[in-house]
Amino acid sequence: MWISEPMSRLMLAGGANLVDRVNALARSVPTWPIYLAGLIYPALLFWQAITGALGADPVKAMEHALGIWALRLIVLGLAITPARRLLRLNLMKFRRAIGLVAFWFVCLHFLTWAVLDMGLLWGQIAADIAKRPYVTAGIVGLLALIPLAATSTDSAIRRMGPVRWRRLHRLVHVAALAGAIHYVWLVKAWPVEPFIYLGLILAFQAIRLRHFLRIGWQAGSAG
Amino acid sequence: AARLQARPSRYSTDEAPNSFEDITSYNNFYEFGLDKSDPAANAHRLTVNPWSVRIDGLVERPGTYDLSDLTRGVALEERIYRFRCVEAWAMVVPWIGFELGALLNRVGVKPGARFVAFETLVRPDEMPGQRRPVLDWPYREGLRLDEAMHPLTILATGLYGEELPKQNGAPIRLVVPWKYGFKSIKSIVRISLTDRMPKTTWNMQNPREYGFYANVNPNVDHPRWSQATERRIGAGLFAGRQKTQMFNGYGEYVAGLYAGQDLRVDF
Repeated sequence: MWISEPMSRLMLAGGANLVDRVNALARSVPTWPIYLAGLIYPALLFWQAITGALGADPVKAMEHALGIWALRLIVLGLAITPARRLLRLNLMKFRRAIGLVAFWFVCLHFLTWAVLDMGLLWGQIAADIAKRPYVTAGIVGLLALIPLAATSTDSAIRRMGPVRWRRLHRLVHVAALAGAIHYVWLVKAWPVEPFIYLGLILAFQAIRLRHFLRIGWQAGSAG
Repeated sequence: AARLQARPSRYSTDEAPNSFEDITSYNNFYEFGLDKSDPAANAHRLTVNPWSVRIDGLVERPGTYDLSDLTRGVALEERIYRFRCVEAWAMVVPWIGFELGALLNRVGVKPGARFVAFETLVRPDEMPGQRRPVLDWPYREGLRLDEAMHPLTILATGLYGEELPKQNGAPIRLVVPWKYGFKSIKSIVRISLTDRMPKTTWNMQNPREYGFYANVNPNVDHPRWSQATERRIGAGLFAGRQKTQMFNGYGEYVAGLYAGQDLRVDF
C-alpha cells in the first residue's frame, strides 16, 4: 500500500464516519450541476472580459482562467480513484462530468488562444505548435483528450467493453502530464502553482503505478 | 499625486496612449509579486520619500544624491513612447522625464567608462516579492554607454502629467523605448559607470532567453515564443495582433548604434 496498512486502518477508523457521510451525500447529489457550472463559468468569464472586469488584458486572463481550471479539473478527476482505494471515498459518479467539463475548458482555452490571442494568424499558430515545446505539449494534451471525450457515453463503454475502454482511457495520464508540462514550461521565473499541479499528477501516477505493479497490468481496474 | 509640468517632445509618438488605468494596473514588477495585478495591490507600502541614488564607478563626481538634487533645474519633457514587453504585449505610455545623458554629463563620465549599470531598491519589508528568491535581488540592468547617452533614453519621474505611480517604478526609473520592457529598470537606487558589461537580472536568470541588448526585434524569436507580432493592451477583445517593428519603431534613431553587430548573436 501507498500508506502502510496499520496506518491506513487507523485513518479509516478515525475518518470512517466522515467518509461514510460524504459517500452518502455524494449518492444523493446529482451530476448535472457540474455540467451547468461548466457552461456558466465561461459565459461569466466572457461577460467579465467584455465589461472590463478582467483587467487590462482580458484575453490573457480568459485564456489563463480556462487553462488553469481545465488542469485543476483533470487533477481532481485523477484523484478520484486513489481517493476510493486509499480513503474509501467514492466519488466515481462525478468523474465523467469532471472529465467532460475539463475537456470543454481545454477546447475553449485553445479557441481563446487561436482566435483572440493569436488573432487567427494561422501561419504563426502552426509555427508555434511545431516550434514551441510548451505549445506542442498543450496540443498533445488536447489531442489526447479527444478520444476520451468521444468514448465517454455509456453506449461507447458497452460497445468497447470495459477492458478496452479502460486501456484507452489511460490516455488521461498523457493529457494530464502534457497539460502540467505545458503550464510549467510557459511561465517566467519560478512560480509555485504549476509545480503543485505537476507534483500532484506525478504523485497520482505513482500511486497508480504501484497499484498496477501489485495486481498486474491486465487485471488493472478502472483506468 | 503631484502634477508635473512638462514640455512636449519631438520624440513622442502620435499613437493614442493607453489609459492611466491600463498603465497602472498591468505591471511586471516582481518585487511586488508575480501577477500583473500584484504591483498595483502591493506597491503602496513603498516609501519613496526620502529617496537617494548612489552614483559611482567611473564618474568625476561620485556620491549619494538626493532625488531632488538629480531633478533640480532639469526641464521635464513628456515622452509618449511605445512600450513593448518581451512577453509580446505592447502599450503606449506618456512618460515624463529627462534624458539620462544629461544626468551623466552633470556627474561627469570618466574616459574609461563603457557601460552603465543600474540597480533597483532592495527592501523586502516593503517589497513582498523580494521575500522569495524568484530573481537574484537586487534587480539589475545595464546599457552600453552610447545607448545610455542616446537622447531617446530617459529617466522617468512621472506619467500622464503626474508623479510616477509606485507600481510603475517610483520615484525614478529608466525608459529605453527600443528595448524590451525589462531593460527599463524601476525604482533605481544605484547608477554605476563601468568599463565592462554589467550583469543583468534576466540574463543571469536565463541567458539563453534574455540577452544583454534585448532590442525589440521581430526577426529574433524568444526561444519559447515568436516576437514577430504583439498584442496591444487595451485594443479590445477581438483586436488580434499587430506586427512588431524593428527596434520597436525607433530604428531611424537607434539602428546606427548597432552597425556591424550581428543582432542574432547580440540579442
